[in-house]
Amino acid sequence: MYAQMIKTASNSVKSRDEMSPEEAAFQDKIDNDIKIEPRDWMPEDYRRTLIRQIGQHAHSEVVGQLPEGNWITRAPTLERKMILLAKVQDEAGHGLYLYSAAETLGVSRDEMVEMLHEGRMKYSSIFNYPTLNWADIGAVGWLVDGAAIVNQVALQRTSYGPYSRAMIRICKEESFHARQGYHAIMKMAFGTPEQKKMAQDAVNRLWFPAIMMFGPNDSESTHSEQSMAWKIKVKSNDELRQQFVDQTVPQIEYLGLDLPDPGIKWNEERGHYDFSDPDWSEFFNVIKGNGPCNVDRMNARVKAWEDGQWVRDGLMEHARKRATRKVAAE
Amino acid sequence: MAVDKDKLLQFLLRIGDSTLVLSHRVSEWCGHSPILEEDIALANTALDLIGQSQMWLGYAAEVQGEGKSADDLAFLRDAWDFRNVLLTELPNGDFGRTLLRQFLFDAFQSVLMGRLIKSSDETVAGIAAKASKEVAYHVERSADTVVGLGDGTEESHKRMQQALEYLWPYVGEMFESDEVDAAMAEAGIAPDPASLREEYDALVGRVLAEATLTIPEGKFAHKGGRTGYMHTEHLGHLLAQMQWLQRAYPGCEW
Repeated sequence: MYAQMIKTASNSVKSRDEMSPEEAAFQDKIDNDIKIEPRDWMPEDYRRTLIRQIGQHAHSEVVGQLPEGNWITRAPTLERKMILLAKVQDEAGHGLYLYSAAETLGVSRDEMVEMLHEGRMKYSSIFNYPTLNWADIGAVGWLVDGAAIVNQVALQRTSYGPYSRAMIRICKEESFHARQGYHAIMKMAFGTPEQKKMAQDAVNRLWFPAIMMFGPNDSESTHSEQSMAWKIKVKSNDELRQQFVDQTVPQIEYLGLDLPDPGIKWNEERGHYDFSDPDWSEFFNVIKGNGPCNVDRMNARVKAWEDGQWVRDGLMEHARKRATRKVAAE
Repeated sequence: MAVDKDKLLQFLLRIGDSTLVLSHRVSEWCGHSPILEEDIALANTALDLIGQSQMWLGYAAEVQGEGKSADDLAFLRDAWDFRNVLLTELPNGDFGRTLLRQFLFDAFQSVLMGRLIKSSDETVAGIAAKASKEVAYHVERSADTVVGLGDGTEESHKRMQQALEYLWPYVGEMFESDEVDAAMAEAGIAPDPASLREEYDALVGRVLAEATLTIPEGKFAHKGGRTGYMHTEHLGHLLAQMQWLQRAYPGCEW
């Protein structure tokens, strides 16, 4: 979700007969909902898949600062500015826990950052869309964090201990963000005609990108089976997407906004809302780097990293000097 | 004794506008800092500064007595009504300059807040007590970073020395005294800023020496921010961005 299209490193799910004793013991733990911890034995493919997934999630939190940061200096009140700053600060904090969780698998944060900058690791497609009016900030909190929560609540039960614990902590903050986002957009939907127009514009633009966050339809999602067996993934893309649509449509209606998709209709028989499939060619284009903001987002991150090199070098050198002086003094 | 309301208002705006404008500058870093921990720290600093602005400007609006709010003061005044010191409105420059500016301001705030907690005005004393905890942390952090970068690599040292050359002429304004300050001092609300200089110089001198940086010799000080007489060209752009929504869509609730 913040981790999409994660390729499971192995090609197919092994049957019990094909498993080595170590693999069988590992699978037993997972089947019995016993968490896998950093020092436990794990299949190499499990480790590699998790690094991709957690790393992508961490990168999403970090890149996600940019579309929201875009409005910090233009927030309309002191209180809204504080709420937004606190939220972005939380996201950066999530990035930190997640990088730490990934580091327990034997990869460093610097290596992951390098892979991101070289395009060898990705971040969620949603952050390649622009934030164009102030209501987008409400909509990002409500729809984007809302979609993230649906996925991350499920991931609290994921099999890898450090990831699961990070998710539990992150979910608490995300729910707070989603509520604040909804509150911000509510003010606008019930405000002046111009404010309502901003709210509608934000919902129209962000709806499909938000439901694309869950990744392709299950029929197209080729890497899920092994991830499900390992409980790296807990629910399917389509299940999660349906859950999100079901919880969000009544919220849009409460705001008195037009539904962003004419295909949204309550289906009595299924007990769920029907909705239109997003334009998946757009999704794959964004993943390939052709989204509205891909180039700008990556340039901004690379620039921050390169401009900051002298700072990191300076502080490291100072720490080295201090350590040397301390030794000399002893 | 009763203090002149307008003078008290000016005094409050000088602090509240300085924290507001600086918080804006610091928040510009969001997502662009050298390392993730710094993104968090800068957002946190900006957040504290806005919180302080809310208190100072909230009290300023109350003293003004025109039924305005802290938001009205922040978003609906033009540059000539802003009373922040020039130091706070200067562009960020590189990360080193941003942190050095922060330190030069934090050091002033730490000395000032230490005095204001004993203010004869209870509201001022209360706000200062709350802010002083944050300020103590800010000055510790910005001082550590200034030392780390000043006494780091050759390049980081050079950049920090250049930043100091650029920023130092804006330090003096914080210690200027005029009739507003005289009235505050007389009423026991706030110290005469000139009286803070010695303590400030001792603190800043110690940290900059540890950072192996050389304080420029020139005594010249740019001024005009705290009186509103002449801001830099930068403030207008900052306000155009900060106030845009409130100006374009007046009277909305957000």
